[in-house]
Amino acid sequence: MKAVVSTFPRSHVAAAEAGAAGDNYLTHAHGIRSWLFTIDHKRIGVMYLVSILAAFLLGGIFAILVRTELLTPGPTIVSADNYNRFFTLHGAIMVFLVIIPGIPAALGNFVLPIMLGAKDLAFPRLNLFSYHLWVLGALLAVLAIVTGSVDTGWTFYVPYATTTGMGGVVPVLLGAFVLGFSSIFTGLNFIVTIHKLRPPGMTWFRLPLFLWALYATAVIQILATPVLGVTVLLLIVERVLGLGIFQPGLGGDPVLYQHFFWFYSHPAVYIMILPAMGIVSEIVSVFSRKHIFGYHFIAFSSIAIALFGFFVWGHHMFVSGQSNLVTTIFSLLTYSVSIPSAVKVFNWLATMHGGSISLRTPMLYTLAFIFIFGIGGLTGLFLGALAANVHLHDTYFVVAHFHYVMMGGTLIAMIAGIHYWWPKMTGRMYSERLGQLSFAAVFLGFNLTFFPQFIMGSHGMPRRYYNYPPQFEFLHQLSTVGSYLMTVGFVLIAVYLLHSLFAGRRAPANPWGGATLEWHCASPPPAHNFDEPPPAGDPYDFNDLEYDARIGGYVYGTRPVAADSEPT
Amino acid sequence: MSTSRPADSSAGAPAPHLQHHFTSPAQQFESVVLGMWLFLATEILLFGGLFCAYAVYRANHPEIFEYAHVYLSKSLGAVNTAILLVSSFTMASAVWAAQQSRARLLRIMLALTIACGLGFLGIKYVEYKHKWHEGLLWGKLYRPQHEAAPFSAHHAFEHGQTPPAAPTSAPGDTDVSWVFTPGDTGPRGLLAPGDTTPLVSPEPKVHNVQLFFGVYFALTGLHAVHVLAGLVLLGWTLWRAALGHFSAAYFTPVAMVGLYWHVVDLIWIYLFPLLYLIH
Amino acid sequence: MPPAASTIAPHTDAVFYFIYTVSLFFFTLIVLLMAYFVFRYRRRVEGERGPGRTTHHTALELTWTAVPLVLVVLMFYSGFRGFMNLMNPPAGALDIRVLGQKWLWSFTYPNGHVDTELHVPVDTPVRLTLESNDVIHSFFIPAFRIKRDAVPGRYNRIWFQATRPGEYLALCAEYCGTQHSDMLARVVVHEPGLYEKWLAEAADPFRTRSLAEVGQLLVAKRCGGCHSVDGSANIGPTFKGIYEHSVTLADGSTVVADDNYIRESILEPRAKIVRGYEPVMPTFKGQLKDREITAIIEYIKALSDEATKPRSDEGTEQ
Repeated sequence: MKAVVSTFPRSHVAAAEAGAAGDNYLTHAHGIRSWLFTIDHKRIGVMYLVSILAAFLLGGIFAILVRTELLTPGPTIVSADNYNRFFTLHGAIMVFLVIIPGIPAALGNFVLPIMLGAKDLAFPRLNLFSYHLWVLGALLAVLAIVTGSVDTGWTFYVPYATTTGMGGVVPVLLGAFVLGFSSIFTGLNFIVTIHKLRPPGMTWFRLPLFLWALYATAVIQILATPVLGVTVLLLIVERVLGLGIFQPGLGGDPVLYQHFFWFYSHPAVYIMILPAMGIVSEIVSVFSRKHIFGYHFIAFSSIAIALFGFFVWGHHMFVSGQSNLVTTIFSLLTYSVSIPSAVKVFNWLATMHGGSISLRTPMLYTLAFIFIFGIGGLTGLFLGALAANVHLHDTYFVVAHFHYVMMGGTLIAMIAGIHYWWPKMTGRMYSERLGQLSFAAVFLGFNLTFFPQFIMGSHGMPRRYYNYPPQFEFLHQLSTVGSYLMTVGFVLIAVYLLHSLFAGRRAPANPWGGATLEWHCASPPPAHNFDEPPPAGDPYDFNDLEYDARIGGYVYGTRPVAADSEPT
Repeated sequence: MSTSRPADSSAGAPAPHLQHHFTSPAQQFESVVLGMWLFLATEILLFGGLFCAYAVYRANHPEIFEYAHVYLSKSLGAVNTAILLVSSFTMASAVWAAQQSRARLLRIMLALTIACGLGFLGIKYVEYKHKWHEGLLWGKLYRPQHEAAPFSAHHAFEHGQTPPAAPTSAPGDTDVSWVFTPGDTGPRGLLAPGDTTPLVSPEPKVHNVQLFFGVYFALTGLHAVHVLAGLVLLGWTLWRAALGHFSAAYFTPVAMVGLYWHVVDLIWIYLFPLLYLIH
Repeated sequence: MPPAASTIAPHTDAVFYFIYTVSLFFFTLIVLLMAYFVFRYRRRVEGERGPGRTTHHTALELTWTAVPLVLVVLMFYSGFRGFMNLMNPPAGALDIRVLGQKWLWSFTYPNGHVDTELHVPVDTPVRLTLESNDVIHSFFIPAFRIKRDAVPGRYNRIWFQATRPGEYLALCAEYCGTQHSDMLARVVVHEPGLYEKWLAEAADPFRTRSLAEVGQLLVAKRCGGCHSVDGSANIGPTFKGIYEHSVTLADGSTVVADDNYIRESILEPRAKIVRGYEPVMPTFKGQLKDREITAIIEYIKALSDEATKPRSDEGTEQ
């Protein structure tokens, strides 16, 4: 079924500065209700961003508590049970409330329709509903903290999760269930929007790579999340009614739970990392002022990761007692995911080759992403090798690995994305110097926090340990100091971004010289994005963009843009 | 499935149901259909997890499934299957009626579909109640009465009389009830009323029978919740139909609720043989 | 990697260092290229363009798809070989059962001895069968590079062959609650011949039981033929309810059955004869050690305590 096509004027060039002074999505309506019940994807994106950052603060506080507790072996500041609560809440909040929805729901919501040239997502009310579900999920998580908290680890392994005495298990599971549906509806909305709301001229291979990444992400969200839904549902029923499907005393199989859980939660890793890769593809190209290298390889590698990602969940259970044949197959399949990831890294490097590289804050974070994701990805190779996995499984090596991927990858890319689209979202420029300073603190702090954990892990330091052998004390202290440094960096970011809202220089429509469609509308964009969608050209063709020092941004030169648009 | 586009009769004039971000009613309708299919895919995957659990346990413990499934009533299951098939037909007719702008037929068909859904849940209630009486429940609550009869043999109960009283020595009050299986006499080795000599069990003792009932209640319970949700949606559609909202120009909600209803029926079509017709 | 002390460890380390080398090479390459590009193609003036115009190069891209593919297949294979070795114990391995429970490991040796430490002979294949009676635990000995989950409701197996005598640490690697990080066990690898000696000594019941429990075992084994523990008379008087109660002797005098009386009765049985019994009991001097005598006294004491108390708490220790 092909979308009905009407002919749009070809002469349309972005109204650049025209809208800046006038009405935009921020000033379009007033009052708290105009935000809470808006169906404007941009406002929903901003609300997601604010909420997710608040959840990040909460999860971060738990992280700092955990790191502080680990300054010395044995009791430092809290009891063992509280330590167990803290790392569980840190993990659950960061995974379900921050990293999974982070890039798609906040940044994706904001830029996807604009990048596509659409006026909104296909189902604006569903979009609002999924935000409300997110809020409900967050409230359930808070309820879990209030009602006795959880100490199961974010993985809720049975039979521990069905037998622990802590009262917050059911609320947090309900929260995960609700958040799962929030994620499903976001993914569903993105897929339909990309399929059906592309304006004439926006062919599949003119989609910016961020949209390819969001599309691949949405496919995973749709296919994997329902299984998480039914799994946590079964776990709730198990705990409340004693269903017995996972309960060994009743004939059930606890390893089956692990299969169910990881069938979702491993693909969920790609829900986290694919959008991050999409952001990196955008930023590397724009800040090198050079066409992305190997567009098709990057686009298809996103799809490949999404597909392969479904067949590797068993690598979380190499020592759990699944059959050797299954284990071997999962090990082999696990390696298949590494190839498209490697392809992307090489393509980003090749994009930089021969470019004109500007080291502004978004690009700095992007380079940090490549560095950190390089380590995170390569250490994954150790864990995929069966013999090495037996030793490294459930040690700090794994902790370090997934923090390098999930935090150093996804979160750093999200920060890069926030800095990249901040002028578009708020209409303000932030302090570049402070941005670079924050980068230094976050980058150094991150590596100081997590690199020692690789060393500890390879020496046999298991994860989720309240007490630990004294030989690891120094490395733990390094790690804790690193986490404090990182915190300083994050606080700094918060300070200068908030400051920019009030005192920042007004942002031009296109401060970085991007060629994707969101840079065609004013900063901030008008309420309905475009009166008529701008013509879609090659999203990485920077030839016609010229720097205009008077406005501090890029404008299209005299040559008519998108002269090569294919007629419809 | 009848997903033909709405008649574009009002071309030129802005369609009243067209949202601002769509360029045409056809684009809007196609988007909604795609979105609905994606949603239904997630629904099937939601059940997919449970079907996987079913497959794993049936492959590992076939004896439990063979032993326990006779306690389900094939006849009631078959009746329910027939009811849902009829409801699928009435639902499809409702969508057709909407497309043809036949408002009265639409209302009748929606009402019939609702009636079928209610009938299905009613029979499900009878089945659940019987399981509850017999203690044939999931995991922790599995407390079989030793003289529990397979449902199909329970003529007295099916004719509306009270089921035979449970034996006094019900094992239900011990903490290790899960090691007991429904009747050492086996499902076919029934005791006649008043007969105190147990027949020799023709089958070996089967352990962990509660697994089957755990899977049964999880699958049928989740399905029943979906039927209930479907009934709410159907009620809402009927209400809007009564207000005259639907015509050949706009019938999207009817079509979408129809798709949902068909998928719910389809899931039952799989559940029935998997749970009731093992032998 | 930590010190290696099993036959499997060098293989695991070889896999680890192979991947380490490859990773280090590629990581260095990526970072150096990145640094070089950032410097070489730095933007001097806002708005300037770089020299490069290429948008893709299929041959190059296929190369950097294929080369990693070959490398990861090698990595897979190296890990796979080590794993198969780890999963298939040689015939005739020493069998030890490992039970994980909150928050203690216990090891059952072939002779039935149960211990909280794992003792094994050097250069001998040992097969561990893991089980759990509550939640999932994971048995991890870093020095041996082995780890396997102990899952309730199923048995998991792993084996190793220690190569260096000494002491090592076993940990729990699967989160199991409050004292997860204290669920440790000492692993002792013995010099040739010393394992058997250890096991014989360890089977000495005092290591794992309370005095009264040992006493119970001894009484059952050494005294049960003549003395009952339930109050009934036998060849000798019962042990039940006598502790610190007065007994009437054959000569009509009474004496309180305190510790010294019981000890004397074991070592010098003919010194005081309870009225109504024949002086037939042999001496146990030299047969029971002092500790064992103390254990028997403790048990007799416990029998008296039990006799004076309602027996409501019976079975709660199960």
